[in-house]
Amino acid sequence: MDVFTLHNLIELSYNSLSYAALLFLLASGLSIIFGVMRIVNLAHAAFFLLGGYIALTTYRVLGTALWTLPVAMVVGGGVVAALSVFIERYFLRRLGQDTVAQVLVTIGFAFIFFDTNILIWTGDNYMLHRPWPLDDSTVIGGISFPRYRAFMILAAVLAWAILYFVIERTRAGAIVRATVDDPQMARGIGINTNVVQMSIYALGVFLSAMGGVVGGSFLGVAPGLDFQVLPYAFAVVIIGGLGSLTGAVVGSIVVGFMDNFGTALFPELSYFALFAPMAIILAVKPTGLFGRG
Amino acid sequence: MSQFSSELKRIIWVLAAFGVLAVVTPLLDDYTQTIIMRALVFAIMAMSLDILMGYTGLRSMGHGVYFAFGAYSAAILISTMKVTNLLAVFGVGLGLSALVAAFLGFLAIRAVGVYFLMITLSFSMVVWGLAYRWHTVTGGDNGIAGVIPPPIFGIPLTNPVAFFYFTFIIFMICLALLYLLVRSPFGKTLVGIREGEARMKMLGYNTWLHKYLAFVISGTFAGISGTLWAMLNRFIAPTDVELVTSVEALLMVALGGPATLVGPVIGAGIIMFLRYWVSTFIERWYVILGATYIITILYAREGILGKIEAFLAQRKARGEADAAISQVQEQPEELRT
Amino acid sequence: MKAKWLVLLAAAGLAFGAGAAQAAPREVRIGFIAPLTGPFAQVGKDQVNGFILWLEQNKYKMGPLTVKFTAEDYEAKPALAVAKAQKLIQRDKVHVFLGGLLAPTGYALAPVADQFKVPYISPAPAGEDQTQRKRHKYYARLSFTSGQCQHALGDWAYEQGHRRIVTVGADYAFGYESVGGFQRGFEDKGGKVVAKVWPRLGTVDFGPYLPLIPRNADAVYALMVGPMSLAFPKQFKAAGFKMALLGGTTSTDEFILPNMGDEAIGYVTTSHYSAAIDTPKNHAFVRDFQKRFGKMASYYAENSFTAALYINEALKRTGYNPDKIEVWLEELKKIRVDAIRGPVYLDAYANPVQNCYIRKIERVPGDRNNLGVKPNSLWNIVIKTYPAVSQFWNYKPEDFLKHPVYDKNFPPCKFCGQ
Repeated sequence: MDVFTLHNLIELSYNSLSYAALLFLLASGLSIIFGVMRIVNLAHAAFFLLGGYIALTTYRVLGTALWTLPVAMVVGGGVVAALSVFIERYFLRRLGQDTVAQVLVTIGFAFIFFDTNILIWTGDNYMLHRPWPLDDSTVIGGISFPRYRAFMILAAVLAWAILYFVIERTRAGAIVRATVDDPQMARGIGINTNVVQMSIYALGVFLSAMGGVVGGSFLGVAPGLDFQVLPYAFAVVIIGGLGSLTGAVVGSIVVGFMDNFGTALFPELSYFALFAPMAIILAVKPTGLFGRG
Repeated sequence: MSQFSSELKRIIWVLAAFGVLAVVTPLLDDYTQTIIMRALVFAIMAMSLDILMGYTGLRSMGHGVYFAFGAYSAAILISTMKVTNLLAVFGVGLGLSALVAAFLGFLAIRAVGVYFLMITLSFSMVVWGLAYRWHTVTGGDNGIAGVIPPPIFGIPLTNPVAFFYFTFIIFMICLALLYLLVRSPFGKTLVGIREGEARMKMLGYNTWLHKYLAFVISGTFAGISGTLWAMLNRFIAPTDVELVTSVEALLMVALGGPATLVGPVIGAGIIMFLRYWVSTFIERWYVILGATYIITILYAREGILGKIEAFLAQRKARGEADAAISQVQEQPEELRT
Repeated sequence: MKAKWLVLLAAAGLAFGAGAAQAAPREVRIGFIAPLTGPFAQVGKDQVNGFILWLEQNKYKMGPLTVKFTAEDYEAKPALAVAKAQKLIQRDKVHVFLGGLLAPTGYALAPVADQFKVPYISPAPAGEDQTQRKRHKYYARLSFTSGQCQHALGDWAYEQGHRRIVTVGADYAFGYESVGGFQRGFEDKGGKVVAKVWPRLGTVDFGPYLPLIPRNADAVYALMVGPMSLAFPKQFKAAGFKMALLGGTTSTDEFILPNMGDEAIGYVTTSHYSAAIDTPKNHAFVRDFQKRFGKMASYYAENSFTAALYINEALKRTGYNPDKIEVWLEELKKIRVDAIRGPVYLDAYANPVQNCYIRKIERVPGDRNNLGVKPNSLWNIVIKTYPAVSQFWNYKPEDFLKHPVYDKNFPPCKFCGQ
């Protein structure tokens, strides 16, 4: 096979990296939500897809000028995050630390979205608008680099930088870290942990839904996409470690590369090549590579 | 003494209920029969998960794995390799799911809480990926058709009524075996581990071994339900063994009532009824399914069986209280005489 | 005395009962199993709507018979489809059932038909062997086999001067069979398939697969399904490929076409139907479907419509007696119908012989032919018609059936790597 020409390797690596970027947008929120709230959020991919659908409506209303992409990202992320606040306040908060209850309630919501999406947007398959400067590719040294993939990488890096800055450098971040380390102590010094948890849930969902807007111009928006990407989100957080931002970065990159190279090299075992290492990592280190347990 | 008799009473109730089911089902219309058969098959799966989830406290999202091995081994033996010995089919399905559980148990038992959930979830993904992608063996997306149950002791199982009784008998055997298991000292130890593993360790129990054995036994029984499922549908495809199957088994246990064995059976019945019966009236029935998940957790955490028992206990308590009050009221008269 | 009265009463009752039975409105009960929830919900809806359009146009009547129509959801899960077929047969007592979308469902449903002796008429699942090596008595297909029209596209591709082609097909049976048909049609002429790439079903990021396409080929043949169909041409173009893009039936069907962008212009695919067929019949169909359901008519809708047409015709010719299943089913397998898609008849293997259209995507300004479809839409413009194409292409059935069914490795890729 001529899979391993330099040309192909560069192309595959570029594709892997951009896919990893999309995975980071999808999975970083899942990881943060678990880290702070200990919630296993099976509705996470449903929020991703819902973001795409909200963006679809946004584009229909605002048209497809250049500036509508960032607007759609904010609107898609924001609307879904607002919805998630409601879910957190009236449902998840009542569950405490019962993981099975969390799993069942969040997948219950995933089913409800799965079906209401079809009611609202029909079961048609859509490809979201893509601004013209991002639609083409740039040729460097005879290799075409699709620009939208570069945009996905940029979006993920930006999201990571903002998250890192907020969590590590701001007062809000300090409050969050205090809540994670010792919720009781945090309450003792006057931190409203309920507000912290609600904000974190909304933030995690915002990231996912915004990822859905970005991904909607690349993967498309169609029913079933939610349950299709959910395993990948879990692969990322499981490999990287639940609740760690650095873990989410590493996990995304590992999964992005493993999936792309694994699929190109061993197509018949492509899922196996992705999930078997995940099971082994867990067996050796149950908290994942960067998890804090 | 009274506890023993209440247990006996409960057994009689359950046996009577299943006796009625055995008599009535063949009289019902054929479609209802198939729903009941599906419920029984999934009830075995849910009961087996209950051993792990309800009694031992290990929340697994990988129960579809053994179901898959049971189902696919039956399909491959019957449809691809033309095996006509039903006992052999069950034997292989059972043995294979036990082996797989024995292997995965080694990897999984160390993990606790949410990490156990995660590692079993990853098992689900691996096995679904194999079913879906290992085209040469599993038929990939096309699945395997023609899984027609071979006769047992000369009785053809292609007749729906015969297959119902066959399923029913296997279900009752599983129920009885699992009941004996949870009543045994081994079963009591599992509950002890659920309530406080550290204490059991201090008392000298090998908790790892107990959990490991529970894991293997649970997986083996799930394999039986998979084998039955493939023969019931005469068909198996990756959509039958996806992650949602494992989650649905969790729901059945939670819905019916964990650590009750009978509760998960009721849970399985309700979910199958939703999927096969309500969906014929309501097109957007997934909303109802999703709402069932949420309502179960919010309003019936102890499961339906728990709700019923709480209700009965309340009535009984009230009855006893009433009796006590009337006694008190009567007493003075007696004293007067 | 008393006994006599009772006998008389009983006789009167019997007579009354018999009279009522005769006067009762006769009906034909038809069941339809479609994916109405899940990823294929909209396609399932199109399928059902195609049938409903015929029923509404005929006021739910087939001759003197009232049609009792029941649609059931099966979530695109074959096992559930089997259960729902049993429900339709046993509870609703249907005379015939239709349905299924993807090939596995077709394979799962056909044995149910034989088991209960109730005909299954397939309006979509395209598994080749259902009308080839694994036939069922109570089964007839009114759609197409996966490879059927692909042979014709292979033939056409060679005529266009393409010599070296890469196939990119969804990695499941429908993909193998479509690619197989194309490859045979193309290589029979002298063309060479130089690489075969198999993205897994549901792929929406083609990142791992695009580098596997040799850039020195003349054209790429793509067999995509659902969301894959939207994502592939976009990522293909963005990755800098300039060669011609050809494709299978589902790659640009009218379910997906309205949501495609300019990157699809020039894409050449084949199917037994196109909404752009310029016949008065098709114009009326597209206009009516658009008016009633607000969507461009797709082959899914057309197949169901044709199925209704066929059932009606078969019943008509056998005296509208739906209970005589064997009689009207035999007739159904014999008749010729002038359907929306063009003339159709079933071969001896119960698969339609029909036109295959080579179609090129164009954006047509304004409301094409005033059918009420959204202005400036993309259309599958017919550029060549291969008339009366059989599932066996130009082979004798016996010779064709000597080969194994099209698979990942059949026909073998003799020229791969060249």
